[in-house]
Amino acid sequence: MNKLRIIKDRATGAIMATITIVALLLVIVMGIGLYLKSAPILAEHSLWDLLTASSWRPFKNEFGFLPFFMGTIWVTLIAITIALPLSLLTAIYLTEYAHRIVKRFVFPALDILASLPSVIYGVWGTLIIVPWISDTLAPHFVDFSAGYTTLAAGIVLSIMVLPLLVSLFVELFSSVSDELRAASYSLGSTRWQTAISVVTKKSLPGIFAAVVLAISRALGETIAVLMVCGNLPQIPHSLFDACYPLPALIANNYGEMLSLPLYEAALMFAALILFFVVLLFNVTSRVILYRIEKQQ
Amino acid sequence: MRNPFLRWFIPADTNEPFVPNAKFQHPAVAPEITVDHFNLSIDGAQILKDVCVKLPANKITCIIGPSGCGKSTLLKSLNRLSDSIEGVKTSGDIRLGDQSIVNCSESDLVELRRRIGLVPQRPTPLPMSIFGNIAYGCKIHGLKGRRQLKKIVHHYLKVVGLWDEVKDRLGNPATRLSIGQQQRLCLARSLAVEPEFILADEATSALDPVSSKTIEDLFVKLKKQYSIIMVTHTLRQALRIADYVVFIYMGEVIEVGDAKQVFENPQHELTKKYLSGAIS
Ligand SMILES: Nc1ncnc2c1ncn2[C@@H]1O[C@H](COP(=O)(O)OP(=O)(O)O)[C@@H](O)[C@H]1O
Ligand SMILES: [Mg+2]
Repeated sequence: MNKLRIIKDRATGAIMATITIVALLLVIVMGIGLYLKSAPILAEHSLWDLLTASSWRPFKNEFGFLPFFMGTIWVTLIAITIALPLSLLTAIYLTEYAHRIVKRFVFPALDILASLPSVIYGVWGTLIIVPWISDTLAPHFVDFSAGYTTLAAGIVLSIMVLPLLVSLFVELFSSVSDELRAASYSLGSTRWQTAISVVTKKSLPGIFAAVVLAISRALGETIAVLMVCGNLPQIPHSLFDACYPLPALIANNYGEMLSLPLYEAALMFAALILFFVVLLFNVTSRVILYRIEKQQ
Repeated sequence: MRNPFLRWFIPADTNEPFVPNAKFQHPAVAPEITVDHFNLSIDGAQILKDVCVKLPANKITCIIGPSGCGKSTLLKSLNRLSDSIEGVKTSGDIRLGDQSIVNCSESDLVELRRRIGLVPQRPTPLPMSIFGNIAYGCKIHGLKGRRQLKKIVHHYLKVVGLWDEVKDRLGNPATRLSIGQQQRLCLARSLAVEPEFILADEATSALDPVSSKTIEDLFVKLKKQYSIIMVTHTLRQALRIADYVVFIYMGEVIEVGDAKQVFENPQHELTKKYLSGAIS
């Protein structure tokens, strides 16, 4: 009987370890696969050329990925710049100010928002944000904008990651002990002072990790972005320029025009860039997070 | 390990006598706290029933009673930390001097909380440096200037006997101190905003005997300038340091009086039972 238990224990341990290793290997295999698939284009153009050239004319064998790379970065940056302060304030309101009845209604609403399919955000962006930019906002700054812009993509994306950030922050702030808040209040601090100097400060590593998660999500978001970003292969120079992030490039073109030489390899290379951007970003942020945690 | 910011933290002149900021002057006569027919319920359950006591100035008042009788709740009511309990309702009044604590504006409340310090049960270092922890209270009340803050930090770290232990690492996170040091830091932190009362909820229960004794001795030393109210469940501690005793049972104040009288000649049957260990 005892023997059987031990065998079971060992077997399950081995199985779980295998599954974990396979999952890890999968990442590596995917990276290698993408590399092999994009090898033809790397054979013809140097890596440096591909990453720094900005003209995209597949018919003329010109493959510059800089516009797509910059599009991805811009859209993500705009999204986080808008979403981070808003989500922090919302989470502070919910944990430090709101009555429990408010919380009871807001939390489920946030969960619903976070789980909506992204295509719905895309439709919503096309119907509301795009016209708003082209009719109301853009005329103040530029002569003409169709509304399908970097800004539109950034806004839609920020609304998408907002509920995710808020619910992560609420979780974080709720885990700050009430004794710590009591310590601050008992010195005569206001709720705002306590929220800023104690609650958010205590949660700093967690806030950082949540932002990393949101950025990873934003980097890879495809449908909602491609519906509103304009899809022009150019480096955006203002918020009112159209852009073309990497995921949109792949999703829009994969399966079409594959007869073109090197086109499939180019799309695979786009996927490889995205893969590396996300990987690199996650690794560096983990290192930074580790540093912050050690400091505290 | 010497901190590179050491020079920046150490006060320039350590011989001047310490004078609190004008914002934080104590009143000429130390006030009492008066609890006046105070009731408190949580989600309909009555926790404190018609509590009437006067908590005297410049004494150590020990609130004793069996676990769950409402000692912590009463203490929290004194600085309105009870506000944050969900479903709480109160009636009656609590006053610091003439000023009502129960019915006061938001801006009076932050000032009242400054005047009533708190030493928690478990040490709660704020997520900042040792220096930052003590300066925090001053900063939130609008005290500025590195020089002034340095003086305050220096003075109160000396008062709690922590200065020599931490003077080389004022910039380090406060969480790296030992538990006993953290608790003294918490005491220094509340003293830094010049309170008149100090509330302590079983402030020594999480500490080792030596640290515990240090805190006790500090309270005895501090009662000349501060009025101290401590909740304790160890009768021996109350016997050692209490000047005045409030005995609570099931949310009601059963007996109040000078420590000597309550311990040596309790008037109430329940008090006798509690002191003899029959109820706990
Ligand atoms: N947040 C709360 N919600 C509900 N009941 C509470 C809460 N805090 C305290 N109580 C109740 O109030 C009573 C008194 O608690 P407390 O003041 O902590 O007792 P003591 O400190 O004397 O041990 C207990 O019966 C406890 O269950
Ligand atoms: Mg208690």
